Amino acid sequence: MGLKALDYETMNENVKKVQYAVRGELYLRASELQKEGKKIIFTNVGNPQALGQKPLTFPRQVVALCQAPFLLDDPNVGLIFPADAIARAKHYLSLTSGGLGAYSDSRGIPGVRKEVAEFIERRDGYPSDPELIFLTDGASKGVMQILNCIIRGQGDGVLVPVPQYPLYSATISLFGGSLVPYYLEETANWGLDVNNLRESVAQARFKGITVRAMVIINPGNPTGQCLSEANLREILNFCYQENLVLLGDEVYQQNIYQDERPFISSRKVLMDMGPPISKDVQLVSFHTVSKGYWGECGQRGGYFEMTNIPPKTVDEIYKIASISLSPNVPAQIFMGLMVNPLKPGDVSYDQFVRESKGILESLRRRARIMTDGFNSCKNVVCNFTEGKSLLSTGHSKAFVFCDFFSALLLGYHTGAMYSFPQLRLPPKAIEAAKQAGKVPDVFYCLKLLEATGISTVPGSGFGQKEGVFHLRTTILPAEEDMPEIMSSFKKFNDEFMAQYEDNWNRSRM
Amino acid sequence: MRRFVIGSARNLIESSRQKYQFERSILSSPYRFLSSSPAADSPSSSSSSSSTMAHPVSLNTINPKVIECEYAVRGEIVTLAQKLQEEIQTKPDAHPFEEILYCNIGNPQSLGQQPITFFREVLALCDHPAILDKSETQGLFSADSIERAWQILDQIPGRATGAYSHSQGIKGLRDTIAAGIEARDGFPADPNDIFLTDGASPAVHMMMQLLIRSEKDGILCPIPQYPLYSASIALHGGTLVPYYLDEATGWGLEVSELKKQLETSRSKGITVRALVVINPGNPTGQVLAEENQKAIVEFCKQEGLVLLADEVYQENVYVPEKKFHSFKKVSRSMGYGEKDIALVSFQSVSKGYYGECGKRGGYMEVTGFGADVREQIYKVASVNLCSNISGQILASLVMSPPKVGDESYESYSAERDGILSSLARRAKTLEDAFSKLEGVTCNKAEGAMYLFPRIDLPEKAIKAAEAAKKAPDAYYCQRLLAATGIVFVPGSGFGQVSSWHLAF
Repeated sequence: MGLKALDYETMNENVKKVQYAVRGELYLRASELQKEGKKIIFTNVGNPQALGQKPLTFPRQVVALCQAPFLLDDPNVGLIFPADAIARAKHYLSLTSGGLGAYSDSRGIPGVRKEVAEFIERRDGYPSDPELIFLTDGASKGVMQILNCIIRGQGDGVLVPVPQYPLYSATISLFGGSLVPYYLEETANWGLDVNNLRESVAQARFKGITVRAMVIINPGNPTGQCLSEANLREILNFCYQENLVLLGDEVYQQNIYQDERPFISSRKVLMDMGPPISKDVQLVSFHTVSKGYWGECGQRGGYFEMTNIPPKTVDEIYKIASISLSPNVPAQIFMGLMVNPLKPGDVSYDQFVRESKGILESLRRRARIMTDGFNSCKNVVCNFTEGKSLLSTGHSKAFVFCDFFSALLLGYHTGAMYSFPQLRLPPKAIEAAKQAGKVPDVFYCLKLLEATGISTVPGSGFGQKEGVFHLRTTILPAEEDMPEIMSSFKKFNDEFMAQYEDNWNRSRM
Repeated sequence: MRRFVIGSARNLIESSRQKYQFERSILSSPYRFLSSSPAADSPSSSSSSSSTMAHPVSLNTINPKVIECEYAVRGEIVTLAQKLQEEIQTKPDAHPFEEILYCNIGNPQSLGQQPITFFREVLALCDHPAILDKSETQGLFSADSIERAWQILDQIPGRATGAYSHSQGIKGLRDTIAAGIEARDGFPADPNDIFLTDGASPAVHMMMQLLIRSEKDGILCPIPQYPLYSASIALHGGTLVPYYLDEATGWGLEVSELKKQLETSRSKGITVRALVVINPGNPTGQVLAEENQKAIVEFCKQEGLVLLADEVYQENVYVPEKKFHSFKKVSRSMGYGEKDIALVSFQSVSKGYYGECGKRGGYMEVTGFGADVREQIYKVASVNLCSNISGQILASLVMSPPKVGDESYESYSAERDGILSSLARRAKTLEDAFSKLEGVTCNKAEGAMYLFPRIDLPEKAIKAAEAAKKAPDAYYCQRLLAATGIVFVPGSGFGQVSSWHLAF
């Protein structure tokens, strides 16, 4: 073998540092087992349509017509496509520069960006500028573009919640920056304490890191918590004081399962606070067609909206976007449809509402089924608050401590699509994991996978406090499959705990 | 992740010890609002804070590599054109032309080229599979498009076209593409070597990311080149090592030139990692002769370079005396396999006769790397989860279009041939027209979708350009735009600065 230009040793070190557990070790093992014929239930990624959720009919009709515009000329098209889908397809085609097959403006089709701006204005009550909205091939691409702009080198730090969706840690590694963690408080419903933030920033600065940006994921992933308005105000003040750009990952804004704490966008709070915050604090907000009740992950559609970013910087961001020419056009149309939905009176309106409600209510129910199912599992601590809004009966709003592994997912489950239960692994299990050369929660999750086919993501993939273990699962498996999944999980968990438990003192905390 | 958890735990443990030093540092830091409560914010403090600190995101605080990189295809001339377009829309008489003609970019469907009907039928059915069960659908779609849609849907778990797929792309589609590659080349392809991406460009970025560790890593690129390469290299902090194509010999690629540039850069301390070859060429349109390709493969093997073969124009060959040969085929025909040459081949749905730019579909076929490198490529791909499904489906259709005997074959081949022959005619017409212009010479376009005529600018023109602080060809393009509404890209945007050219 001759000289090798690219081998493991000569590769970009930053690439090697990247970790993305969502499709990491557990997923790869699960895929292997699947190939061997084992039935696998993938709960490792928020991928609703892979687990049976049906796409909404109307957007699919519109995009199909846009794909094949010759259908619009066919007199029989009305036999299988409703009039409003036909009209909407014509509307979007007229906004393109040559149909779905032409590169659009690198920032996305202007007409769609206008629809996004109108959506934001309706949602928040403040006007939004389409020129500051860039459509992207999924929100992840947008996050990567913005972080690439911000990070100059190792000396630049980005505040990231722990636990976090590992896109952030992976991207920061890839671009050679420094991740500055701030811990969410598990015992306080994964809440955000500004004192934790201050401490994280101070420690980073002490190490010579310039903290540049702060990421918030609201509603949270994997934690599911919604930030309160007060929390958002604290965060914005903090960003103002510390001169940080706020990166608001709001992709789960449609996944809210309770009424007490609705989603409030960072931008709305920023504008509500008035000057100097509204004029000085820099904000980039991200959204997607992959989550919510649309679940159109495979389309790769997203956008980011910039607030208080100077014009020349916007130009640079545009320049980078232009190298990739344009985001994919079909997904731009999905985005337009998502932000500019059907209205009462439209032919397809009733069906659309029925389908949407159906999905959201099913998500709510599944969160509950998972809870009740987990309720009977051993050896896991759960905290939950806001029980009244979520549990079936009788619980008060007070904190309830229990040693059931229960609706913590539900308790924390004010939003998003995941559960992040805490696993209280007995010391012997931790020892066995060490022997096997595995992080304890990875060890647990691998055993869970081998025994039940349930593919989860170990909490270490998201970050957690040292010595505390979790796993992340989605609430997405089909309702009818839930009971079996839960009983399968319980059987495994109880046996695992019994195996490694050895006169372990079961304490409440 | 484990490293970072342990690191942060260590911080927590140390924090109490550091607390004293930490509190002292607050008092002397410029960040005097650290301990204030939200209510303390006031207009006076805001003005002092913003004057002492730069915005976290502003031109002087963003990644300098972002500032450095350039992409002329959608650069200054296009921004100017868009401005003029807006002016025409509000005031039709504002300029001596009625419309802007964007010739800056290979975007055929924006200029009236029609998509291939069969492809769009299949895509529409995959987007809305619910109609496959309806009898009326038979009247609206060809039978083989319905059949192909069923076939594809059966390869997608749960028939869920809205779900994230495997990070390399849907397995069944990769099987189809591998079979298509084998049919094209006569040598087998492994579906596990294929990474489906949102267009070929993201795949190029991925390879640059892997290869470039610092500015000491160089990538050999043709001059003139499609500026994705220069932009990507700049963005990833590497060094572009130019090799010059020879205009006098139809933009020929000489291995002696490659050797010379390689040696020069090595003597400057650059580690050259890869060689980019664009075949058919962009912007030059040349199609490499097989002998030339063999010499290039041999060169890469000898020097231990990764061969990055941009083959997105493989279906755009307009001259009967030339034929496209993939670098994969050429290396395998030389007896070189996985152990001999590291080769990454890029293909896209944006060019050819299909011209589906807006779909963002493409792939790279990665061969000749060890398993550990492959794992890393997979890992990087997985952070973005997967490429868009519709684009993946289209890539598989492009690599396995209708065959003789299929119901749609005749209409498909008529559409395809119509587009290709029209492109060939237009290439010839424009080449002739350019050659007749004063001060302009134009090489034949053997392939791709561009012409790269040379303009010999008079001294006075060059001086006027200098006065306007523009490259001479950029100045020419701006004047052309202002007079006619036609958008060309100056050749300097492609790296060509030894003589002036236009690209369109």
